[in-house]
Amino acid sequence: MNTKQLYTVIIFSENTVGLLNQITIIFTRRQLNIETLSVSPSAIRGVHKFTITTFAEKDMMDKVVKQIDKRVDILKAYYNTDEDLVHQEIALYKVSTGLFMKMNGVEELIRKYNARILEINEDCLVLEKSGHYAETQALFEELSHSIGVLQFIRSGRIAITKSKVERLSDMLSAMERKINM
Amino acid sequence: MDKKQITGSEALLRTLIAEGVDTIFGYPGGQVIPLYDCLYDYSDRLKHILVRHEQGATHAAQGYARVSGKTGVVLVTSGPGATNTITGIADAMMDSTPIVVISGQVPSPLLGSDAFQEIDVIGITQPITKWAYQIRKPEEIAWAVSRAFYIASTGRPGPVVIDFAKDAQTGHVDYVYEKISHIRSYQPIPETEEESIAAAASLINGAKKPFALVGQGVILSGAEKELLAFLEKADIPAASTVLGLSAMPSDYPLNKGMLGMHGNVGPNRKTNDCDVLIAIGMRFDDRVTGNLQAYARQAKIIHFDIDLSEIGKNVAVDIPVPGDARETLAAVTRLLKPASHTEWIHSFTADEQEEYEKVIAREIHPGGDRRLRMGEVVRKVSDAAGADAVLVTDVGQNQMMGVRYFRYSRTRSVVTSGGLGTMGFGLPAAIGAQEGAPDRTVCLFTGDGGLQMTLQELGTIMQEKLNVKIIVLNNHYLGMVRQWQELFFDKRYSATTMENPDFVAIARAYGIRSRLATTRGELDESIAEMFESDTAYMLVADVETQGMVYPMVPAGAAITHIILEREEVTRN
Repeated sequence: MNTKQLYTVIIFSENTVGLLNQITIIFTRRQLNIETLSVSPSAIRGVHKFTITTFAEKDMMDKVVKQIDKRVDILKAYYNTDEDLVHQEIALYKVSTGLFMKMNGVEELIRKYNARILEINEDCLVLEKSGHYAETQALFEELSHSIGVLQFIRSGRIAITKSKVERLSDMLSAMERKINM
Repeated sequence: MDKKQITGSEALLRTLIAEGVDTIFGYPGGQVIPLYDCLYDYSDRLKHILVRHEQGATHAAQGYARVSGKTGVVLVTSGPGATNTITGIADAMMDSTPIVVISGQVPSPLLGSDAFQEIDVIGITQPITKWAYQIRKPEEIAWAVSRAFYIASTGRPGPVVIDFAKDAQTGHVDYVYEKISHIRSYQPIPETEEESIAAAASLINGAKKPFALVGQGVILSGAEKELLAFLEKADIPAASTVLGLSAMPSDYPLNKGMLGMHGNVGPNRKTNDCDVLIAIGMRFDDRVTGNLQAYARQAKIIHFDIDLSEIGKNVAVDIPVPGDARETLAAVTRLLKPASHTEWIHSFTADEQEEYEKVIAREIHPGGDRRLRMGEVVRKVSDAAGADAVLVTDVGQNQMMGVRYFRYSRTRSVVTSGGLGTMGFGLPAAIGAQEGAPDRTVCLFTGDGGLQMTLQELGTIMQEKLNVKIIVLNNHYLGMVRQWQELFFDKRYSATTMENPDFVAIARAYGIRSRLATTRGELDESIAEMFESDTAYMLVADVETQGMVYPMVPAGAAITHIILEREEVTRN
């Protein structure tokens, strides 16, 4: 039977206005919640990369990704599960400087979570940690329990495939060959 | 290259001409006045049909595109002009009809400020277009407009919206036409692998009871000849979706009729009896399949389609054949062994006879003093119009009666709103069909409900002196909803009775000849009168009020669960 699991949809597109809308419409029509979203220029000049995570059934994911891929300005869309990916999120935590100073085991905490301190002033300090969702969440919970967190923000997932195949660049070079033929 | 400073408006019109446009359906307004001013100088090369409402412009462009194979063009103003086109754009998206809708927009410095008649056209139309683009600078025109035509007309065709800011219309540009015939992120025709061609051929070669489903994809790719060659070589019976009708002539021996909710009995039953189901350029719409859990479970399924997102969307497919049907059909045909399936094809006959006795004969030869029936009106008009005529329908009972009883001899003979089921589509679509096929007789069948949704387009017919034959099947009800209420809602006729105006008087007010037919004698006389001259005519047929479209597969039922006549329902 089909069961829902977390998929990472990776989309390469031309850098045109309104593309995010075109993509989210397709999720909305199928009643899929976007868990995380990250958009940035890709390694290829003029090509943008969207990384979207969502819980869905495989069959549904298949259909949704085909419908995204079909849009005129989309170069390539595909989906993966976590096993195929190296993925990461980044989180920032703002805590009270006074409470943090008084807390026992700061060094231990920093080492345990491999966290960094980005900013300190009299009132507050900002910690940064990158990792999987569970890892950034664990630090959040530990800080919440001990000294409280004033502000917390986590980025959308970014991901890179582990496989040897580079789908976009292969596709682009195949296209170039075709045009030059 | 001869570069010359011209206005954005002129650049747009010159691009249209370069793209082969000769007809525009439109309605002027505040934000397209510069464009219309320029059109004044181009009226010898661009014929502008002034509709009476922007929705009519889109349906007319659809009718034009469907009969001619060319891209229909719509020109409207911003705000309400643009929002009035939405239904037609959505209809074109569902039915894969190539149209380009150009809407005026407020000057670019005002964008986003809720200026007078400003609306977010791109935001509204993105979900219902292949592509929507806003032109803010005259420099973008050559590129964007040519791109619009390329996208609308290639691959699986569809609507494109160009939102054209007023300052881009009035600004000047060094214009050079640039033909777009490649977009790196857009592959109109997917690649076909040799293996899928071979696998399809091998499955068909081994089939004992093959059955082909013909969709509009065959017409859109111009694969009518290839289809017949394919069917004939392997002796495969076939049936059409509503939009696939006229890809095969009505009297073609392997043509077993129409699929779906109100389709023919044989094709629906045989769908669940065949061993190999070959779908060509169709998308397994729920009106064709009925309950998917009970649809062709016994068959291996081959699906030819140009749109990869359609393959496996509704029905799991054993052998996908992506590509352009004209090429893929020819490629598969080359690998087919000549076969004969006489017994299998003959097995359709019993179903045909049953349907003829229980449904068709009663509908087209009711005889006696009964009131006129919708089917008999359609068949009589069809016989008088000749096999070359184009059928246009509105939506509802008139549509199902139209497509069931009209007869076709050549392709691109059916213009109807299939996917969206837009009431009010018929009259403006018939206007466009007449423009797109000026040498053919255009017969519109519409109901008293749908006609009144876009009735104002009679004014367009009057002004353009268009030869559209309008047949109103007036049953004084919203007939299809009434039919559902009778069958499934205990005859509780909620909001479906219609008190109608004198349609003959309305037609005459527009200078359109018209006659009311209540008896068979009057029907024959008015049909003769209608085809006597090359001018518009409105035949108002006063048909039985509680007519039913049979056969009927109830929504959500198995495709073999077919209601053939009234009694059967009351027994259930």
